[in-house]
Amino acid sequence: MLKTRVIPVLTIKDLRLVKSIRFGLYRNIGSYISAVKVFNARNVDEMIVLDIDASKNGLKPWLITQLTKECFMPLTIGGGIKTLKDIRTALKLGADKVTINTAAAQNPEFLNEASSRFGRQCIVASIDVKKVAERFEVYSNNGKRQTGKSVKEWAKEVEHRGAGEIFLTSIDRDGTMQGYDIELVKIVTRSVSIPVIASGGAGKLNHFVKVIKQGGASAVAAASIFQYTDITPNKVKDYLAKFNIGVRV
Amino acid sequence: MVLIFATGIGNVGSVKNALDFLGVKSLISNDRKNIRKADHIILPGVGGFGEGMKALSRSGAIETLKEEVLVKKKPFLGICLGMQLLADFGEEGGVNKGLGFINGRVRRINPGANLALPHIGWDDVIVKVNSVIFQGIDSPVFYFVHDFFLEAEDQTAVIATCQYGENISAAINKKNIYGVQFHPEKSQKSGLKLLRNFVTI
Repeated sequence: MLKTRVIPVLTIKDLRLVKSIRFGLYRNIGSYISAVKVFNARNVDEMIVLDIDASKNGLKPWLITQLTKECFMPLTIGGGIKTLKDIRTALKLGADKVTINTAAAQNPEFLNEASSRFGRQCIVASIDVKKVAERFEVYSNNGKRQTGKSVKEWAKEVEHRGAGEIFLTSIDRDGTMQGYDIELVKIVTRSVSIPVIASGGAGKLNHFVKVIKQGGASAVAAASIFQYTDITPNKVKDYLAKFNIGVRV
Repeated sequence: MVLIFATGIGNVGSVKNALDFLGVKSLISNDRKNIRKADHIILPGVGGFGEGMKALSRSGAIETLKEEVLVKKKPFLGICLGMQLLADFGEEGGVNKGLGFINGRVRRINPGANLALPHIGWDDVIVKVNSVIFQGIDSPVFYFVHDFFLEAEDQTAVIATCQYGENISAAINKKNIYGVQFHPEKSQKSGLKLLRNFVTI
């Protein structure tokens, strides 16, 4: 049976591992490379690494090389993926998937091109969402720009254009550890048939169960909980197993 | 030396990293001389079937590859798309001819209504034939990421399967030719063990 994945997310800013709250208030929490080593040693299912500076300054091939040398698990790279060449570089250096956000918001056709060139299995559409006046609005540019699209229509569009997976983050819940936005996740998982990785808000073990059972998420991503508490991805999986959710142990 | 066939579109870097970690000497290349020198050949791959075959043709090394694998019987491992390309033909992005090392076709998985495609994530592999590549792997759970799979004509070539709405081939073997649909280079300890098993054939 296909396992539900538990995915740590690492965010890099100024070459330090950081954690944000609602996409702001970045806190420096240490060395990203030691975090990668720890998660690899803990045998995690998969990892997502986002380089925030890359959106301004471009992809850093040396950084990807540094990460993939430590990482014998699926690795998704995000931040600054704007061209087919960027994707090619990331994959060539050992990344398995790339997340695309701003570049797709600016030019949705980019998803079609990326997917037909590299296969949709490595194209992850990252969708950042904020609730504005009771509507789930899609944001790009690291949460700074409102795209005017509703999450439901955009999720369907990215699937249609060839994304193989959706990495769905609630900006409102990011770093709050108050639980995933189940309503948001449900809207997206019911609108598409590709896997949805839920992100933003994990703070307790039962948050994971809820977003899988009620939200329909195929995978759960989290950051703060693994940095600020003694809960590890393995603890999460042991807990999920108690609720008959298939995990890799 | 293990030759990692440079297709230009595959995830060659991660296969190299895994072999480096295992302390196995490897080279990423599609140069004919290097293919002839290699003891083992790995064909990695991500992406579409048509693009994959195009990349192989562009390398100009298909004949050399055939000679080393089919005539000289060098141990060969195809990973993901690299396994699919062994088939007679693939149906991804139109019908494209494959290498024809394993009779069969590559078609889209039919997972039924309740399962998502692509098939992404860690899944149980059911080992049918006690093959050398699975030796010492107690819990065969591997990382998959694909829409298509190789449907072999000769079912005895299928040495492991995975259940995803239907039975899909997870690993194949015919003489010196091995193929895995999952990614051993990304499957942590079990995957590294499988690669170790292959390079010691």
